[in-house]
Amino acid sequence: MSDATRQLIENLNALAAGLFLLTAFGIVAMRQARGCLMLFIAQSLLLAVSAALLGLRFDSGHLYGVALVNLISKPIIVPWLLRRVAPAELYTRREVDQVLNIPTALLIALALAIGAYFLGIPLAKAVGPSSVGPNVPIGIAGLLLGAFTLTVRREALPLLIGLLAMENGAFLAGISIAHDLSMLVELAIATDGLIIVFIVGVLVRAVAKQVGTTAVGELASLREAAARNTERAA
Amino acid sequence: MSVLIILLVPLVAAALAGIPARRPWASGVTVVACLIVLALAARAAWIVAAGGSVTAALGPAWANWVAVDGLSALILVLVALIATTAGIFSVGYLAHESLARAKLRLYHANYNLFVFSMLAIPLIAEPTLVWIVVELTTLASALLVSFENTREALEAAWKYVVLSLMGAGFALFGFLVLFAAMHAAGGGTYTWTGLVAAAPRMPPLLVQTAFLLILIGLGTKVGLVPMHTWLPDAHSQAPSPVCALLSGIETTSILYVILRLFPVMQAVPGAHAETWALVLGLISVGTAAFLLLQVHDYKRLFAFSTVEHMGVILTAVGLGASAHYGAMQQIVSHAVTKSFCFFAAGATLLAVGTRDIAAVRGLIRRAPAAGAALVLGGLGITGAPPLAVFLSEFAILKAGISQGHYVGAGLLALFIVIAFFGVMLHVNRMVFGAPENGAAEPEPSGPHGANGSRLPISCALALILAAVPVLVLGVYIPPPLRALLAQAAAALAR
Repeated sequence: MSDATRQLIENLNALAAGLFLLTAFGIVAMRQARGCLMLFIAQSLLLAVSAALLGLRFDSGHLYGVALVNLISKPIIVPWLLRRVAPAELYTRREVDQVLNIPTALLIALALAIGAYFLGIPLAKAVGPSSVGPNVPIGIAGLLLGAFTLTVRREALPLLIGLLAMENGAFLAGISIAHDLSMLVELAIATDGLIIVFIVGVLVRAVAKQVGTTAVGELASLREAAARNTERAA
Repeated sequence: MSVLIILLVPLVAAALAGIPARRPWASGVTVVACLIVLALAARAAWIVAAGGSVTAALGPAWANWVAVDGLSALILVLVALIATTAGIFSVGYLAHESLARAKLRLYHANYNLFVFSMLAIPLIAEPTLVWIVVELTTLASALLVSFENTREALEAAWKYVVLSLMGAGFALFGFLVLFAAMHAAGGGTYTWTGLVAAAPRMPPLLVQTAFLLILIGLGTKVGLVPMHTWLPDAHSQAPSPVCALLSGIETTSILYVILRLFPVMQAVPGAHAETWALVLGLISVGTAAFLLLQVHDYKRLFAFSTVEHMGVILTAVGLGASAHYGAMQQIVSHAVTKSFCFFAAGATLLAVGTRDIAAVRGLIRRAPAAGAALVLGGLGITGAPPLAVFLSEFAILKAGISQGHYVGAGLLALFIVIAFFGVMLHVNRMVFGAPENGAAEPEPSGPHGANGSRLPISCALALILAAVPVLVLGVYIPPPLRALLAQAAAALAR
């Protein structure tokens, strides 16, 4: 592979990673539940693109495998599974009041992304030459923004997407630092994501039936009066 | 014989429990499967304790993925033991007629899958695969937590799933970083032993980052403060036998995964894994001890006590090598005592139909068996002599003082004493207290009220079986168990 091609591949990978970061911000801010799902699908496709490009760069069949698994499981099986197990109203929900308003949430998300950069660069350096491009810092940013989504959203679907986006983030960083993880592990992790969707879908259906809402984040009856302050603080 | 049969049994049982048959079928399948697993696990632990080795016996490719040493054998046999007693307790606990048969089948299928995932944690030696089975424990138990299908149970299950999986996301990245660290050290097989061997050559920054990510990520599922907020909810809303599994052994088996990293960290200069364990452990014990004082629900009482005990184990690990034996002993005594506590709580719930501490008074007169069990459980879990927890906590404190950790051991002792008063204050009022003036005896209500104060035979049997180790391990530790504990403690150091 000539230097120019390698450079081109790395640039394209950086572009995919950059767009990945953008989708992570989108998931934090998007009000419509369906929009969140679309952003998540776009994010998973970008992850697959990055994996395929790195596969080309390092001539690693294993990374092509990761790309393929991501291409099939998240954009296709996840929405299908959700349609099967979760109540249909999940998609139509629009979150009016989030825990934080959107500009504030985006500002905090920005701070997290900058923090991820300072965490990620030394890590990528420590791994050595096998880590290319901005995958590690952007992956960490994806992980943190996913976790942040979990703390600010109340609707079930965005919360589920937040969980899956965390995994995407871990993976985006993972493909650049752990190229040759065994394929069995890779497949198992993909399957795990699907089980998450299934179980969460079943739970949401039960909540919708029993409590009459899909805003699961608003369930808060289980607290001792005195414990409330301590637990909030924690 | 391949050790993997242990994993096959609960899988088969999960499938069999799904067969639509008469009521006793699904419960019977679970109990039989658990007994088989217990026998197999005890045999494996016996072989390991005697210095032998247990393998997958499926060729060299599997040798990397399946390995049993003292530490994993200890966890394996504890999972099997608690699964068995909780399985027996489930029979009577779910025997009320109002429960639909399909729901009962679902319970038992899920129960066996949950047991499968917990048995897989100690057996598997490849860290990322262990991460996956840790995920499976969450997913298999989520529907067990929400089993009662009340608003509260659903809320508890939801918090449990979201926070556990959120932690798992960080832990996954941690395991990937660990893999990268191993790669940077020149490769080798990615297993617990491979990691320990490669540790001196790994870049310290990567190992430390991975350790912190995994400590925080899996620590969420262990219930370490401040990531514990979901635990009292999930561990109180689930059906009592499931609580016994969740609190008694699931938390410990996840803690086991964190403990696996300590020998790796010891090879890294300036890593301070022990300090992290000590600080996080003491924070957990202290916070839980004070939170114990103000609970209103007796199942939450025992759930907070689990947070406390996870802290005690982690503190013991942080106190240094001489406390490691005590830490292992604490794992055993906590598992057997906490599961007994939840059986006692379940028996109480069957008798009175409420979880509210204030609504239960004079239990010893209304339901003598449940009352006596609650007292034994309360005394046992808070470390009253001569019961199992007393012996292990005493060993930990002694080791801490002999190592010169006066502040750590002193704080630990103080928090344990506070927790003792916290638990016993509530238990004492519930069991011996006179009904308050004007307050009528609460009418049994909900799905648990039907049995009145008569305890189902299987529940009584489970209580008796579970009480044996609580009583015996406080005065006598059989030599094979002692050998196993010593081996397990040795696995925490290089």
